[in-house]
Formats: sequence, structure tokens, C-alpha cells
Amino acid sequence: MNVRNEIVTQVKQVAQEQKKRLPPLTDGLELLNSGLDSLCFAILVSRLEDSFGLDPFAASEDAPFPVTFGDFVNLYEHVAK
Amino acid sequence: MSMLQNSPASISEAISTAVDTCDPFVSSGETSLLLRDLLAGSLLGGRSDELSGSSVLIATTDQLIAAAALIELDGVARRMVLCPPDSLEEYLPSIVESAEVDAIVSDRIINHPGTARVSSFIHCDGKIVPKGYGSPGRYETEWVLLTSGTTGVPKLVVHTLASLAGAISCEPSNGRVIWSTFYDIRRYGGLQILLRALLTGSSLLFSNAQESTAGFLARVGAHGVTHISGTPSHWRRVLMSSSARLISPEYIRLSGEIADQGILNHLAQVYPQARIAHAFATTEAGVAFDVNDGMTGFPCSVLERTPGVEMKVENDSLRIRSPRTASRYLNELHGPLKNADGFVDTTDILDLRNERYYFVGRRDGVINVGGMKVHPEEVEEVINRHPKVRMSLVRTKKSSIIGSLVVADVVLRSAPGPEGDGDRQILQDILLLCREELPSHKVPSTINFVSKLPVADSGKLMRPRHA
Repeated sequence: MNVRNEIVTQVKQVAQEQKKRLPPLTDGLELLNSGLDSLCFAILVSRLEDSFGLDPFAASEDAPFPVTFGDFVNLYEHVAK
Repeated sequence: MSMLQNSPASISEAISTAVDTCDPFVSSGETSLLLRDLLAGSLLGGRSDELSGSSVLIATTDQLIAAAALIELDGVARRMVLCPPDSLEEYLPSIVESAEVDAIVSDRIINHPGTARVSSFIHCDGKIVPKGYGSPGRYETEWVLLTSGTTGVPKLVVHTLASLAGAISCEPSNGRVIWSTFYDIRRYGGLQILLRALLTGSSLLFSNAQESTAGFLARVGAHGVTHISGTPSHWRRVLMSSSARLISPEYIRLSGEIADQGILNHLAQVYPQARIAHAFATTEAGVAFDVNDGMTGFPCSVLERTPGVEMKVENDSLRIRSPRTASRYLNELHGPLKNADGFVDTTDILDLRNERYYFVGRRDGVINVGGMKVHPEEVEEVINRHPKVRMSLVRTKKSSIIGSLVVADVVLRSAPGPEGDGDRQILQDILLLCREELPSHKVPSTINFVSKLPVADSGKLMRPRHA
């Protein structure tokens, strides 16, 4: 499964369900400027756990929190290897 | 010196002593006020003496005005009911009735048929005017906080200034400390920070629900905030912000949710200069203890060695008795707040491992979504309204971002098909119903169709004990 494509699909799905308007999902987009609130991120991370079988936020107590969309994708690509 | 040993008659009396040594302010971004100006004048149009002995609902949008009303009315009103900004309309009649409200203080127009018994409406526009010349009586004012109840009707929890301030050391900060909090001060966690600031002569920056995380952090940084509190979920959001390093606090306090090891480690990395504490408190039980060793959970010695707070674990759940606990619920439907022995059962289940206790969930199944409580019964009641639903069980799913998410297991009246279109439509309908009836944090993030649910011999649903 392509990690980035799955993340983009799930982000769009969550945004649609929670009635949030998304800007273009570029790597430089800051997550907190994406229009998604903490509840949206929690749902997204939970859905991605179903997709990939892992939650990188729970897997490490020390990995830095992602700030941009690119960081977020990298985090999953890194642990999915 | 603590409030319990040397309790002032009112919050304004306590502040008068504290502002002698420095000149603290309160700020909500748009408005900043010096506490000495607040004490010298009135934000209630000089009408506070009219409210002597009344039960007053403080229902403002602006936190600063709510704080000013608390300062002006403590010791004057018989009772102050602190209304958080959300979901007031629906429960207003019930709150007015239960709290025998005679007056409403607000910065907006409240015109609701459920307020017929209210004789005074005081509109505040944030302007300080000269005080009235009446001499109001002196009351030991009840401070009433709202917290979520099983059926959706908020529980009205009665405190006094002494019970709320029981955990606060009133050493003056001499203007050195500037507090801020992500919490709304109408919630127990936020009110604790308001009182901490006021009683120690410290300044306070309020958060603003309309403001972005980056905007708030910029304001906190610009004011040189030294002490700041929030839930672990608030702090995770800070760490996902490019503005996280605009602040440089000396002291970070987490409460309202389980602080896991991840968030404690991350905060220590990003703010190496800060002392980081996580506290256990509930609206009913009050502040119980702080943990300062940087580790999740708490040492078992805390139960015996916390001055002024008695704690015990009975049937796996934490029970607390102290002068900081609330006295009662104003609305009787919620039953007694304390057991016969005076202990409040938090229903938080503890697990003891290697001399340390860890919170592992709630006996009553209450779900903590980013510090906001969700009673499963309230969500089940909405799901069960759908004609195709036989029964449902709402439970918690652990979340690394927001503590917990709401999940529902649903039994349909007819057996679910193999992921057929009909079932998908029912799922969408149930979600739509929940979104119409419930705030977003209470809407299930996942709905599973199951063939049966565990039911006890008594006929009641068996709730999973652990998160």
C-alpha cells in the first residue's frame, strides 16, 4: 500500500466527515494550518492504524511530533519500512 | 500560608492584599485590565449591591468578564453559578431551576423562556465604572461548577472559595510569575489557575476559543508567561505547532487527562528549562496531588503522604476525602457526591505495578476525550433511537493524540449482512443522527456492527472496566 496515497485519502475522508475545508496537501503545509483540529487528527491516526497496523505516535515516546504534512508522511513512511 | 489556615472572607479581600506588593493584570488578548482597577471599580455597572444574597448565573462569552464578576460577587452573592460558554441554551431552564437563579450576569442578550424566575439581568460590556454605594451583606458564597452528567444534564457541583483554593499556596509572587492556561476558567482546571494567579498576586493571560494555537502561543511568548497549564492533548497540539518555541515557561502543569510518558518526554525535550508536573484533580474531588518526577502514573507513597488529602483504593478505584472536595450536587437527580464516609469515589481504576499506580480507565465507562468527559449512556441513547438498532454499547478506544476516542458496538434488529449497502446506509444514518444530536467529541469515531453484546444476569449491559 502506498503510504502517502493512503494518508491523503484518509485526511480527505476525515475532513469531509468533520466538515473541515482542506487546503492543498503540500509537504510544506503546517498541520495546524490544515483546518483539522485535535479530534480530526485523533480520528485520522486511528484510521491509519487500521490501514497500516501501527501508530507511530504510540510506538515511540521520543520521536519528535510532526509539524508539517511532509513530516507527518515521513513519520509513517519511516515506521512502515 | 494556605487558604485553609488563613482563609480570607472573599476573593477580592485576598487580592487586595496580593496587589499591594505588585501590579498584576489579567488579559484576554483584546482587553487587559489591572487588578487594582478591577477592585476599585465595577464591571457590573455598579450594580453588585443589588445582587446581595442572590443566586447569580455568570453566563458570559468573555472569560475576563466572568473572572471580574467572580471577583465582584464573591462574598456578596449567596451563590455564583459559573456557566461554560458551550451548550447553555439547552440546559438553561434546568440550571436556573436547580440553582434557584435570581439574576444573570452576561455580556450577551439572554432571552430564554426558561428564565422566567430570574428577576435581574445585568449586562456587562467590559467597561469599569465607579462602584455602587450600597453596603452589601457578607455571604460565604457558594461557587457552583458545571460538569457533564450521565443524561446530558450538567451536574451542578457546589464548592466554596476555601475548598477551591485548598491546594494553593498563597505566597505572593511579587510580580515575578505570569500564569496562562489553555483551559477555560469556567472549568475546574481553568478556575484553579485563575485562583492561583489571583491569590498570589500574579498576572494571568486567558486563552480564547476563537484564537489559533499559533496566535495564543505568540501572545504567551510576548507576555513572557512563566507558568502555564493545559491537558496532555493541548500540549500535543502545541508540539505540532511551529510556534512551540515562542514560549519558554519555567513551569508546565498538565491535568484533566492521563499524562503518558510520551508527552512528558517530549515536553522535557522541547522545554528543558521547565519544571513539569502532572496533577490529579476532578471537579468533585478537588485537587488531590501533583507528580513531579517526570514519569507517568504516580508513586504509591502518594496515597499516604499527601498532606491534607486522604486517599484509598477500594474495589480498584481511587477514593478521595479532603477539605478540597465539593460539598454536594445542587440537582438531586445525580445522587450523593460523597459516600457515607465522606470519600468521593473518582471511579478511576488504578493498576499497581512496581510500587507505582497507573490509571487504566473508569469503572463507569466514562470516556475522556481530550479532557472532556463523555458518558456512554448519553451516546447510546441517541444511537438507540434509530429504528433499526436493537442495542448499543459505547466504549473507549485509546488515542495517542487525544487520550481516548468514542467507539460504538451496535446490534441491529435484523442480522447485519456481509457489509451490504443497506448496512452502510444504516451506519451513515446513525452517524448523521449522532452529529445532529451530540457535540463532535461525543460522536463515535467508529461504529462496529456486532451480533450480540455482553449482558449481565441483571439484564444490564456489561461495560468493559478498562480503557
